[in-house]
Amino acid sequence: MVNRTMIALQTLWIKECTRFLRIWIQTLVPPAITMSLYFVIFGNLIGSRIGQMGGFSYMEFIVPGLIMMAVITNSYSNVSSSFYSAKFQHNIEELLVAPIPNWVIIAGFVGGGVARAILIGIIVTCVSMLFVDISLHSIPIIIITLLLTSTLFATAGLINAIFAKSFDDISVVPTFVLTPLTYLGGVFYSLSLLPEFWQWVSKINPIVYMVNGFRYGFLGVSDVDYLYSLGLLVVFNVVLLGFAYSLINRGIGIRS
Amino acid sequence: MNALNIKGLTKVYKGGTRALNGINLQVKQGDFFALLGPNGAGKSTTIGIISSLVNKTAGSAEIFEYSLDSQPVDAKSCIGLVPQEFNFNQFETLLQIVVNQAGYYGVPRSIAKERAEKYLKQLDLWEKRNQPARNLSGGMKRRLMIARALMHEPRMLILDEPTAGVDIEIRRSMWTFLKEINEQGITIILTTHYLEEAEMLCRNIAIIDKGIIVQNTSMKSLLATLNIETFILDLAGEHQTIALSGFEHRLLDAHTLEVDVAKEESLNNVFEQLTKQQIQVLSMRNKSNRLEELFVRLVESGREAQLAEDEQKNNKELANG
Repeated sequence: MVNRTMIALQTLWIKECTRFLRIWIQTLVPPAITMSLYFVIFGNLIGSRIGQMGGFSYMEFIVPGLIMMAVITNSYSNVSSSFYSAKFQHNIEELLVAPIPNWVIIAGFVGGGVARAILIGIIVTCVSMLFVDISLHSIPIIIITLLLTSTLFATAGLINAIFAKSFDDISVVPTFVLTPLTYLGGVFYSLSLLPEFWQWVSKINPIVYMVNGFRYGFLGVSDVDYLYSLGLLVVFNVVLLGFAYSLINRGIGIRS
Repeated sequence: MNALNIKGLTKVYKGGTRALNGINLQVKQGDFFALLGPNGAGKSTTIGIISSLVNKTAGSAEIFEYSLDSQPVDAKSCIGLVPQEFNFNQFETLLQIVVNQAGYYGVPRSIAKERAEKYLKQLDLWEKRNQPARNLSGGMKRRLMIARALMHEPRMLILDEPTAGVDIEIRRSMWTFLKEINEQGITIILTTHYLEEAEMLCRNIAIIDKGIIVQNTSMKSLLATLNIETFILDLAGEHQTIALSGFEHRLLDAHTLEVDVAKEESLNNVFEQLTKQQIQVLSMRNKSNRLEELFVRLVESGREAQLAEDEQKNNKELANG
């Protein structure tokens, strides 16, 4: 029984990975190009005039945030588009008729999103190494933050796709929520540069904690306590995964 | 043993549409069973509930004595579903589609590949195995869905209009294939709008209308209830009137005669009378398939009963009001 479940999970995960690898021009190349442009414009051209931030060159300072930005958007969009397409083409029914526990459906899709996020993270890191020498303060914190953040946003993408009734519905959240929160999440600046009130407002933005946790892993500096960041990520993950499980269990958006 | 045992199955959709009204249905293991009904009768809802695509409102369903509620993994493992609409990923290759489906049922990849070869060859799709599914013709897509449903070697195969839009040659080859797998012991439940298909393949039949099973019997005994058959005779020469005593008949045009023949009457009698009038019959055929005739009557009589009931209700309300 356990073996059967693991085969189902492996099948779904491989299928998800094959999907984004098959369309690599759409999934893997754009983040590499976008991030190269960020490094050229913000890092080289503008960054050289900004000077140091948090004790590091501006280029070094923004690298972790830019990697995190790519991880967040890709983990989210991978699952939201894949799951919604499966609903749209009705091939989600292949999973619903099979004797697969609901947690396997979630793990398979979220696992696919995490795999893409990790691959994108590696690609963007490699691109950034063309522009700047990367320092690594704590590899375990980098890995844990990367896994927790990509799982969180892959799950959020899944929940978005469960409720979505059209392709428009899966682009609303990334455009109007995710992008503004990411740009205002301390990717390009240190919170200490902001007036006190805006520092307080910024701390309501959950992405601040992910970017700073990740930056701590690379540079050893952060605007917030990295343990607090990791704790929040764990809590968010538990809440969203629980919510996704309850939605799939009730058949919301997938069973009539 | 029953392959399927449904009790009191009810489905009320959001908005109040009552698709199923507490139906009971049993299908014996090894049967080739037809579930027929007009559009919107409740066939697809029934199949949807059995295959876990639709949440039921009330009632129970058992697949080979496994409860869908308390033993869903065992129950689902017994079912292979061929749905009405193409529901595979159009961008995946045939091989990916069938091997993945086997994986969802816990079939190891090496075994899945062997089975993929077996079923894709049997259904004449092996040559196309590395092509994306979107490149296939309609008939090939239908066969692909059958191959996919068989990958975990289910004990029961549910086919929801498997031959819709398929040319007659492919349809016949699918009939042969389905007969073969049924002879090997797989229970088959079939819904179709081609009633000659149901008549030719199925041993037992249920007719559903407005969420109620209006007939559930063997195909033989259902067909035996047909009292009158209508034949169409193509005649040589032109005719304005024809006399046929003892038979309801109509001249459709100068060359075509339609005759109703009761079960106890002999067709020889019709030919004798025509011969006496020196009318030559060139060919003869049934006006419609026998099952079609019965199906229409059953569904119409159900609707008339419903209308009468509604009228009675209205009259009562008027009298009270």
